[in-house]
Amino acid sequence: MSAPSPVELDQPETEDLTLLDTPWVTIVWNDPVNLMSYVTFVFSTYFGYSRKKAEKLMLEVHQDGRSVVSTGSREEMERDVQAMHEYGLWATMQKADAP
Amino acid sequence: MSEGFERRRGGGAVATFTGLEADLLRSLASQLVELLRNEVATPATGDDPLEQLLDFSGPTSAPDDPVLARLLPTAYPDDEEAAGEFRRYTEPSLRDSKADAATAVVRTLEEAGLPTEVGDDRLVVDVELDGGDAVTWLRSFTDIRLALATRLGIEDDDEDRWLALPDEDPRAPVFDIYQWVGYLQETLVAALSR
Repeated sequence: MSAPSPVELDQPETEDLTLLDTPWVTIVWNDPVNLMSYVTFVFSTYFGYSRKKAEKLMLEVHQDGRSVVSTGSREEMERDVQAMHEYGLWATMQKADAP
Repeated sequence: MSEGFERRRGGGAVATFTGLEADLLRSLASQLVELLRNEVATPATGDDPLEQLLDFSGPTSAPDDPVLARLLPTAYPDDEEAAGEFRRYTEPSLRDSKADAATAVVRTLEEAGLPTEVGDDRLVVDVELDGGDAVTWLRSFTDIRLALATRLGIEDDDEDRWLALPDEDPRAPVFDIYQWVGYLQETLVAALSR
């Protein structure tokens, strides 16, 4: 299980992580092809996010060009990135403190 | 002309296609399978033939074909070594999962009555998808649209440019198909979300 993205920093998993190594993040990038409805569907289906949170992340991708969609260990983020690629979203990963 | 997907009682979605529409979807999905399976994912190896024979791992560099490069993106944009490692372990299964999804689309169409050759223009293909099938179709619609968009060179907010293409431009019908698959995908997401 990957921890939720920083949108919900009050979740306990995220607090635990900060005590360990620097966490990693999964970033989804905007592309001209994927439908807004589909991106929202993927975020709520795969991550189990509420419709409201999934829509907020989708709008970040659409308007800002990218959004951090999950935070966790390197292994967890590799799993999330591969899942995003299976859904056809353009995802990358990096350390949470990377520029 | 298909009106796209509607919610299915008990979950999933249903749609009715003409024979030509179903045949077009089969052709697009089959091309995707061919692309994913044919351009062999060759690992970067040295000159030693023994080393090459013993190397069962996946590729470490991004595919040359721009469509494949978009379907199989680089996970670590700023770390070539980590990107290569990740690709080596994940690209073969990612290719398989995309090819399997497209194969499932073809199989469902054929099980729904799409013959090898569509001769009768009154043919109607009724497709019924459960929740799992529907997600498989959504993923494959995405891959098909990414492939068409990459070949066409579609960019953000350039719809007007494509709609203004003269009918004789060979890209015009391809853009129409791209939009049609987008419409089908939009109705399928709606059928699952309501």
